[in-house]
Amino acid sequence: MEIIMAVLAGTLFTTGVYNLLQKQLLRIVIGTALISHGAHLFILTMGELKRGAPPILTDGIDQYTDPLPQALILTSIVISFGVTSLLLVLAYRASKINGTDNMEQLRGNDYE
Amino acid sequence: MSNLLALTIIWPLLAAIITAFFNNKKNTVRVMSQMFTLINLALVSVVLFLISTNGTIILETGSYEAPFGIVIVGDMLSITLVLTTNIVAAACVFYAPKSLTEQQESFFFYSFFFMLISGVSGAFLTGDLFNLFVFFEVLLMASYGLIVLGNGKAQLRESLKYVLINLFSSMLFVTTIAFLYSVVGSVNMAQVSQRVQEVEQQGILTTIAMLFFFVFATKAAVFPLYYWLPRPYIVPNPVVSALFGALLTKVGIYSILRVFTLIFVGETDLTHTIFIYLAAFTMIFGVIGALSTNNIKLIVAYNIIPAVGFMMMGIGIFSETALSGTIYYLINDMVIKAALFLLVGLIAYVAGTSDLRKMNGLIHHYPVLGWFFFIATLVLAGIPPFSGFVGKLLLIQGGLAQEEIMVVIASLVSSLLILFSMIRIFIRGFWGEKQDAPPHPERSGAARRMTWPIAVLLSITVLLGVGAEWFYPSVEEMGEYLMNPQIYIDSVIKE
Repeated sequence: MEIIMAVLAGTLFTTGVYNLLQKQLLRIVIGTALISHGAHLFILTMGELKRGAPPILTDGIDQYTDPLPQALILTSIVISFGVTSLLLVLAYRASKINGTDNMEQLRGNDYE
Repeated sequence: MSNLLALTIIWPLLAAIITAFFNNKKNTVRVMSQMFTLINLALVSVVLFLISTNGTIILETGSYEAPFGIVIVGDMLSITLVLTTNIVAAACVFYAPKSLTEQQESFFFYSFFFMLISGVSGAFLTGDLFNLFVFFEVLLMASYGLIVLGNGKAQLRESLKYVLINLFSSMLFVTTIAFLYSVVGSVNMAQVSQRVQEVEQQGILTTIAMLFFFVFATKAAVFPLYYWLPRPYIVPNPVVSALFGALLTKVGIYSILRVFTLIFVGETDLTHTIFIYLAAFTMIFGVIGALSTNNIKLIVAYNIIPAVGFMMMGIGIFSETALSGTIYYLINDMVIKAALFLLVGLIAYVAGTSDLRKMNGLIHHYPVLGWFFFIATLVLAGIPPFSGFVGKLLLIQGGLAQEEIMVVIASLVSSLLILFSMIRIFIRGFWGEKQDAPPHPERSGAARRMTWPIAVLLSITVLLGVGAEWFYPSVEEMGEYLMNPQIYIDSVIKE
């Protein structure tokens, strides 16, 4: 199970990076979203995947799920949700005001 | 008493929420923000006093014992940096009303500002790697808000790149924490530090260490990851640039300092040697960037990079003297970068342009501004008796003691070039023929009111330089403290 998840996270990372390197703004935003999904799956996998075991550690129980990765992933999901929505708005405004959504054309030396 | 420590993070957060309700009442929100900042400054000073007399304060949130719950660790290093942050913040908040446009002020500048302060303080104080990530996100979110404030064409274009690079490195940060968690099974810095010594495969830890370095180096703008920094830093309002230049890269440097003195000290031959080389390249390439342009804001923004190099040099040399030098330089650089960004913002404002070729003879109309800029240049270049000198002296002493001649030479050459790049602004902008047209009365009036926050910052750097005798013992103590991670571990995890 861990192997499958690791491969899945890796695939998400690869496609994310591929999209990040594109010129169109929307593809870049989708790329960042894919990378963050990859990162989240990866956290979950790193805490070992167990089914049917409670996240409680008391005397006499040696089978337990590690609750910490789930707490971490939740925080991380909320953060990346916020950042992605901000990035979408920013990309929309930037492309509207600059008149292009092509990263090649979004460069320049005027700073005023 | 330990709850007081959390208040230094929560107070700015509360201030952010309260100021958000008054965004349309311009005068109220200004006075309020200034009051909140000063109260926070006093609060942090009290906490600093408590820590210096009673030792490190640990806050275990929800009374969960240290390795299980979230801890906030207030040691001398962290709280000194939080105090410096608040000094910079106070100067910026008094400079802001004249510098910001009405539109920028009513679009929640003060709320974002307080959130940024809260995030930076949190990043300095946290004792937990995942919380470090969370506070990084808090400060980055606030910075995303600040950087687009004003909605300009170039601003949106450059901030897009800023957001993307930071988002990518944040996601890598989470992934790296997951790696570390799978190896040592903890995110509490003290416990991680304990457990890395017991891990058999040191090779995988070095890999994780380099990943951490990549993440923090992106935020701190170390060579070769500095390319994103200068342009986004000059497009927003000067106050925002000052906050970014003074605080954001320094949080990255602080994280490298903490992680590579506390956790990854197993393979210093490899990791810290790489740091020394990268430090030398960072200094040289940063200063070449500063020499390459005629835009005064861009010159100052490029000068952030060699300063990062100096601090990396101390971490790479990894001795008590060198680390004290890094800490001294870190404090000095936070103050002086804020002062410089505020200064060039003011110069661009009174001259009506930020192009050096179009300026001339400003000193006839603005003598105080000119001499302030001159002092700031000397501080940045590290000329005695100012504070930049003390930090550089300690770093070079440390470098010579460890016989790292190459990086010492690089640092001396780049200091000279920094002086050259900055003095160009002074010579070309302030000297020269007196312009016939008298200065706009409104502009010179505003300039006077914007000068005194800068005066406060500059007098602090003078104090840090002249009074080095008083400050040095405590900085030396911090250097010693960083070299002995066991003290940190013992203070957090009590058996």
